[in-house]
Amino acid sequence: MRFLLGVIFFLLAVPAGAQLSIEITGAGAQRTPIAIVPFAGEAALGTSLTSIVRADLERSGLFRGLEVPPFSPPPNENTPVNYGEWRSRLADAVVVGSVGTAPDGRYEVRFRVYDVVKQAPLGAIAYLFTKDNTRAAAHRIADYVYERITGEKGVFSTQIAYVVRRGTAFELQIADADGERAQYLLRSNEPIISPVWSPDGRRIAYVSFEAKKPVVYVHHVSENKRQVVASFKGSNSAPAWSPDGKTIAVVLSVEGGSQIYLINADGSGQRRRISHSQSIDTEPRYSPDGKLLYFTSDRGGSPQIYRMSATGGEAQRVTFRGSYNVTPRPSPDGRVLAYVTRDGGKFQVALMDLANQQVQVITDSDRDESPSFAPNGRMILLATVIGGRGVLSAVSADGRIKQRLPYAGGDVREPSWGPFTE
Amino acid sequence: MRVILVATLAAGFLLAGCQTTPEDQSAAAVEDRGKPGAKPGADAKSVERPKVAAVDLTQGKKDAASALKDPASILSKRSIYYDLDKYDVKDEYRGLIEAHAKYLRENPGARMLIQGNTDERGSREYNVSLGQRRSDGVKRMMVLLGAREEQIESVSLGEEKPQSDGHSEEAWSKNRRSDILYSGEF
Repeated sequence: MRFLLGVIFFLLAVPAGAQLSIEITGAGAQRTPIAIVPFAGEAALGTSLTSIVRADLERSGLFRGLEVPPFSPPPNENTPVNYGEWRSRLADAVVVGSVGTAPDGRYEVRFRVYDVVKQAPLGAIAYLFTKDNTRAAAHRIADYVYERITGEKGVFSTQIAYVVRRGTAFELQIADADGERAQYLLRSNEPIISPVWSPDGRRIAYVSFEAKKPVVYVHHVSENKRQVVASFKGSNSAPAWSPDGKTIAVVLSVEGGSQIYLINADGSGQRRRISHSQSIDTEPRYSPDGKLLYFTSDRGGSPQIYRMSATGGEAQRVTFRGSYNVTPRPSPDGRVLAYVTRDGGKFQVALMDLANQQVQVITDSDRDESPSFAPNGRMILLATVIGGRGVLSAVSADGRIKQRLPYAGGDVREPSWGPFTE
Repeated sequence: MRVILVATLAAGFLLAGCQTTPEDQSAAAVEDRGKPGAKPGADAKSVERPKVAAVDLTQGKKDAASALKDPASILSKRSIYYDLDKYDVKDEYRGLIEAHAKYLRENPGARMLIQGNTDERGSREYNVSLGQRRSDGVKRMMVLLGAREEQIESVSLGEEKPQSDGHSEEAWSKNRRSDILYSGEF
């Protein structure tokens, strides 16, 4: 029990002070020009709702926000749209709306999206929110606009988790996908690695070294609750959720070496060993249909990625090029595998098209690791080192759009992009 | 001679793991001392000494445990360093491992945690597995040298607890290591 005294942790999420910010350092060729007219009445919020919407959409790499001159009176969702005028301003899409007060005292935002090229309305919706949820409301608006125009779900309302190291202190933090509103879930004097969101977004599994060895925990994000789910003799690490959220694949050394086991996510029942090699088998990740487990193994002499049935059995080698291919991460649609490959002394993120085994290296730094797909598969969050400091970076799945998320307060690593939530 | 024998017995009580043999503990010798006139062996009863279940709080724990921290003792040496991509223990650390295995053998109540570590390059989770390979190797040697399996837990800290924070081979060579800890130290 003594080790517990040396560890300070708080179970409640507490504002974490310094925050991530986004820089766009590159952009794709075709970005939809969009005019987001400042919403009538949004000044009452103290925060520009539409600025956040615009920043979100631009961050996706698919949109370019147009400068909109001040209108008098400002248009709202009921103002007839003048397609010709927006066309002359080179807008392909336009968003207009207003912010008012609902009878219960909350704010209500109403807005409409128009396709200027087709001269057609794309939809309208209203959201209720309190002032301290202004950013959440903006992310919802951005998701709506993104989905109406691209036909895909947006990820602006999702959350990310990552670990920040400051000196000898470690924090597991969660934040909005844009890095804002960061809060910490766990603060410890010992390392924390491998956070990963449960499919329902309510729990995060991670590895903490507070017991002077790696132990797997499940942390309930909104409750004052964390539980040990794997603390066998030896090391316990590399948690991965099954798509139904009931099972966690983990790597244990309890029978010697590093082998893959399945445990119940609630910590009940017995462990089930599913890999049986004399080698290292680690970093399991389920395919989105739950049928396969991708993992890293050095059974062939160098670390390579393999896959096997999620219930165990024969493994099939997936990567062949290079002598170091690790950290498999299947895309949400199961068609692409992101992983880390070493080329010379450089560690970079590669994508493999699983249908034809074509490989594309999509990053160009020296120490890129821990790729994590956005739930819509469009972006990949990863950890990199710039100027000797760990930072998070996001790259589009086609490799064309790269963003950096600098952070003032420490070394940031181990990102995990959360799922879609209601 | 008798005085020496008694002194030896007395010392035997003080020292744990009494080295006296049954012959040394001859009851007659003790009887003789009280009866100067008696003929040795004539009317002396054979007295069997009750077995002594000695509990020694000084030797097994205090003295040996302090050896774990005594800079002059090899037991105070706790780190084993590795070459790049190597997991086997180099010859220069054999003496260190033998000394710790002997300590575990002689102190069955002692418990050991072996933490394997790697340098910072590569995947954090894969490095946890590589560190495990190092600590498992040290544990295996200890068990072959007579330590009991249940006395030792081998774990890995991967790249997470570097001894040196640098990014050169010099720093990395300090971070590729196994550390030995005893109960109370972890």
